[in-house]
Amino acid sequence: MSVMTDRRPVADGGNPLPVSLKQARLPRWATPALALVAAGAGCGIGLGAGLDSTVQWGLIAALLFILGTFALAAGVEGARQAKDRLATCLVWVCFLLAVVPLASLLWETVARGSKVLDGYFLSHSMGTLPDAMPGGGIYHAIIGTLEQVGLAALIAAPVGLLTAIYLVEYGRGRLAKAVTFFVDVMTGIPSIVAGLFVLSVWILILGFGPSGFAGSMALAILMMPVVVRSTEEMLKLVPNELREASLALGVPKWRTILKVVLPTSIGGITTGVMLAIARITGETAPVLLLVWGAKTINNNPFEDAQQSLPLYVFQQWQQGSDASYDRAWAAALVLIAFVMILNLVARGIARWKAPKTNR
Amino acid sequence: MTHSSSTADLPPLPQDDRSPVSGKAVRPGDRIFLGLSRGSGIALLVIMAAIAVFLTYRSVLAISGDKANFFTTLDWNATGTDPKFGIAVLAFGTVVSSVIAMLIAVPVAVGIALFISHYAPRKLASPLGYVIDLLAAVPSIIYGLWGALFLVPHLSGLYGWLDDYLGWTGIFSYSQGAARSLFTVGILLAIMILPIVTSVSREVFLQVPRMHEEAALALGATRWEVIRMSVLPFGRSGVISASMLGLGRALGETMAVATVLSPSFLINASLLDPGGGTFAQNIASKFSEADQFGQDALIASGLVLFVITLLVNGAARLIIARRKEYSGAAA
Amino acid sequence: MAKRIDVSGLSAYYGSHKAIDDISMTVEPRSVTAFIGPSGCGKSTFLRTLNRMHEVTPGGRVEGKVMLDAENLYGSGVDPVAVRRTVGMVFQRPNPFPTMSIFDNVAAGLRLNGSYKKTELKDIVEKSLKGANLWNEVKDRLNKPGSGLSGGQQQRLCIARAIAVEPQVLLMDEPCSALDPISTLAIEDLIGELKERFTIVIVTHNMQQAARVSDRTAFFNLAAVGQPGKLIEIDETERIFSNPSVQATEDYISGRFG
Repeated sequence: MSVMTDRRPVADGGNPLPVSLKQARLPRWATPALALVAAGAGCGIGLGAGLDSTVQWGLIAALLFILGTFALAAGVEGARQAKDRLATCLVWVCFLLAVVPLASLLWETVARGSKVLDGYFLSHSMGTLPDAMPGGGIYHAIIGTLEQVGLAALIAAPVGLLTAIYLVEYGRGRLAKAVTFFVDVMTGIPSIVAGLFVLSVWILILGFGPSGFAGSMALAILMMPVVVRSTEEMLKLVPNELREASLALGVPKWRTILKVVLPTSIGGITTGVMLAIARITGETAPVLLLVWGAKTINNNPFEDAQQSLPLYVFQQWQQGSDASYDRAWAAALVLIAFVMILNLVARGIARWKAPKTNR
Repeated sequence: MTHSSSTADLPPLPQDDRSPVSGKAVRPGDRIFLGLSRGSGIALLVIMAAIAVFLTYRSVLAISGDKANFFTTLDWNATGTDPKFGIAVLAFGTVVSSVIAMLIAVPVAVGIALFISHYAPRKLASPLGYVIDLLAAVPSIIYGLWGALFLVPHLSGLYGWLDDYLGWTGIFSYSQGAARSLFTVGILLAIMILPIVTSVSREVFLQVPRMHEEAALALGATRWEVIRMSVLPFGRSGVISASMLGLGRALGETMAVATVLSPSFLINASLLDPGGGTFAQNIASKFSEADQFGQDALIASGLVLFVITLLVNGAARLIIARRKEYSGAAA
Repeated sequence: MAKRIDVSGLSAYYGSHKAIDDISMTVEPRSVTAFIGPSGCGKSTFLRTLNRMHEVTPGGRVEGKVMLDAENLYGSGVDPVAVRRTVGMVFQRPNPFPTMSIFDNVAAGLRLNGSYKKTELKDIVEKSLKGANLWNEVKDRLNKPGSGLSGGQQQRLCIARAIAVEPQVLLMDEPCSALDPISTLAIEDLIGELKERFTIVIVTHNMQQAARVSDRTAFFNLAAVGQPGKLIEIDETERIFSNPSVQATEDYISGRFG
């Protein structure tokens, strides 16, 4: 990689006639060398000026690197190449900028969460333990989460599934249009608003107390539109020929849907439902308003306050002692693991059951 | 596309009539199934209507009991015999933190999406997309915990620096202390919505027809020029809808804000100093000490949040619809 | 304006698969050279090596030399971007930039390569559209999106876009295969006019078209599916279609296979 001498002439007025196809290029080692220089300079300036945050060092280094690349490229290769290199730099910086916090989030959760996470933590509730004391566990929260999410899925999955079937297989006319529109609207409901709605009807008007079931209703409202959307997508992928083949054999429509359409798309539908479950498992706001949280085990989701994992994390954080922070991180780790496993299994099913098309 | 007209003489093909409702002989099975599925659709509509009706009803109760202007009052005192509360601080905080989040997240997300779709080595690209999708599933409370216990302590240095050089603007002045401010909330929200905005944008960028990119390449465009000429114009409406999706999440985010922000009922010119509040955060923070009237007041603020998110989503759909003729989908 | 292309010992790969093997040929300036051959024989791949578009496909790799007059396109220090600027290309399916107006489509290449005054730009766009026999049809709607034109008009718009930057060579990859007969005729007429100014290479599936528009014809073939494509022969079009020197060419042209 040698530096070529010919420069492309710049168009001045008439048609640009390239004299040569050769183009002065920066040598290959220029980029890593510049990166090293910039990193060194960033640390140097950071140390010299006594900046205590390494975030600042990184920012200085990144800035130096980008400016250096642009200036060098503009000098050697011309403005267009310089812009191209600048864009490449920025895209890489964006990527690194995003990786740092997201990796840190995962790392912190795993590192701090594994401190108190053990069999005891998983199998005991908080009981009467004072908040500032170490010990206690999340058994009651796991029970609560499983029951609330399970009930929500029991409500939302059939309604969502049937609505999607209605929209794809029967849906025509004004009702279908209205449903489609309001499913869109429903997707945008903030979770706390869903919680407020159940609060206003179930607790303020009907006079029930807080319970796991109240939380489930809010979670179901959040889950329904997600299930409808994903199921709709999956049903639309089923080729019409399959339906027609079945109908042409004289199979009634409802049996066609049950025996042909649903089995064909069951993999994708399952994935969609599981992803929706994963999403509502992490919801805290409606649970805070409707389930309240508890320190002891309550196996009955229909009566009295319960605990849930995300709410447990929040309440332990609120306590503000070292012991409760440890518990918050450990519960967060369990929650993240649960959600990630659901996601991975769901995507695994999608890949395994995917219709064999080569795209 | 060259069907002869002779098919017109044939009887209509059976698939043209997929409707089971042909008048007389409807099987009970069909009727039950249609009833069930249509009923579910109607149930969804009923729920939406109920949300609107009940939230409005409780809000009217609250606002008629408010002794101050609900929209302009800079205070939230919804208890006792002289309740005075208003959403001005909450509206300001919600909008400002979400706007900061968008300003940071959208360019970065577009960058990452381009990185995955056009810059990253092929072997890295698809696992990266996968990881981003997984990150979109991390519960918000965990972002909140991380934000409060990790991000906040790490930002005070940066804020001091901003204060040194940009403090004269007023917006970036910072008096030492925990960085539990609207700006921090904005940064955290940006990190939170990054995966979802990235994931949708990447999807769109990958759908750019090969031939549009080759058109630019064949004219002698550099990689960046290809992106500017073919990829970004094609993906614009997709990026807009992704951003709006992210904005919707940022506006309604509760727990991450509730853990990071140190709330106060003040509109503070400096975004780096603690204070302010958002709709969702205020509901979560004030709920435990609210009596029934206080809860109604919170419901009223929730209704405003609901309306704002509806407007944002509606605007997104309008933008997309208007850009459709230019989307190149017809080509 | 037009340059000679000299290819020697050129092979192209997709990953480990060899798509074309050891091709050598000369393309004369100010003439039309047609590439014909059965599907999969590598004629499009070969065309794309002539402006370094082949290496854009993932795994695409080229060995050998392509001389444009005295310069090797694959020489060290050669910028593929500059190559593509010098060797224009028209694709199988018309691909105007969907978000740009007709005017902006034609001006797109110019805007990349330098700054022009508005009046200069207007002149070049008009000249190019006239050169592509499209001016009369679109002069009143230059600000409308290019995707609103018919398929044949879109393809001529793409030709206008390619010739606006005054390339040395114009490559056409089955430019008429997505068009109706009338549009095809219009493009063929246009090719006849353009060869006064450019070196033109056209890939076509349609042998009548090759016979109608080209001065020289190259026949490509492959031994079997999965084998690399090879150049069988290149000669004056008249000779290829009347009295080819290789039996396989005659078989292909007379429709005995392919």
